[in-house]
Amino acid sequence: MVDYSSLTKGDVVAEENFHLTRDNLVRYAGASGDFNPIHYRDDVAVSVGLPGVLAHGMLTMGFAVQPVSNWVGDPARIVDYQVRFTRPVLVDGATGADVTVTATVGALEDETKIARIDLTAKFNDETVLGKAQVRVNLA
Amino acid sequence: MAVNPELQGRVFPPTAPYLVGREKIREFSRAVLSTNPINLDVDAARAAGHADLVAPPTFPVVVQEATLAQLLAEPDAGIDFSRVVHGEQRFTYTRAIVAGDELTATLTVSSVKSLGGHNMVTADSDIVDANGKHVVTAISTLVVRGDED
Repeated sequence: MVDYSSLTKGDVVAEENFHLTRDNLVRYAGASGDFNPIHYRDDVAVSVGLPGVLAHGMLTMGFAVQPVSNWVGDPARIVDYQVRFTRPVLVDGATGADVTVTATVGALEDETKIARIDLTAKFNDETVLGKAQVRVNLA
Repeated sequence: MAVNPELQGRVFPPTAPYLVGREKIREFSRAVLSTNPINLDVDAARAAGHADLVAPPTFPVVVQEATLAQLLAEPDAGIDFSRVVHGEQRFTYTRAIVAGDELTATLTVSSVKSLGGHNMVTADSDIVDANGKHVVTAISTLVVRGDED
């Protein structure tokens, strides 16, 4: 269990690199039920003006919170989670894609002992999520 | 075709109950690259005080999916699926989803806005358990791109 009183705004609580391949996209499509072909067919992706197949935004949202889940221990302590999808993550058929997630203490709510953890998710040195915030109950 | 502004405030009928299976939670957990034992190992989940496996934070999207299908199928909505981009997503939890839950989602269109030729539709799905108690609200903002781009 994370000790609320030990946290300071700006602390990096977790950092992790996620390597994605097309296999991950197929697996996520099946698990989530989102079978939009822009996530597994280059020809369809190109036909709608994309450079190629991209990861489901909800896949990125899904793994980006995992470092926080592991840090807090029990995922049920997460009381709110939001993101904006700002840039696509292109997943090359041969080399895949790497997304690095950094989780930082963004705000501390002393009355409720809720910590707001802010996520930075970077692909090719650019952020792919905006206002990515996880509120964690540490009471 | 523009999104119908009269959609704002519309409430849809509750979806058919969704029974959360233990293996579905494991499948979804692996798909979002979870290594947290509380998502994967029943003994670990019980040791943490849960009745069964706990779903990862973004699992409600599986239940929400049926409500977004209702929205896109609404005859007067004016939402062209091929122009829809997922803009924002939020989950606000009263409690985590656990294997064995029977969940029902009710969609409310909370906002329809026009912005620079695009339309932004915000859809709130209130997800409740078999006792009618709130579990989580899943909020999606969809950007429907205009014809000009």
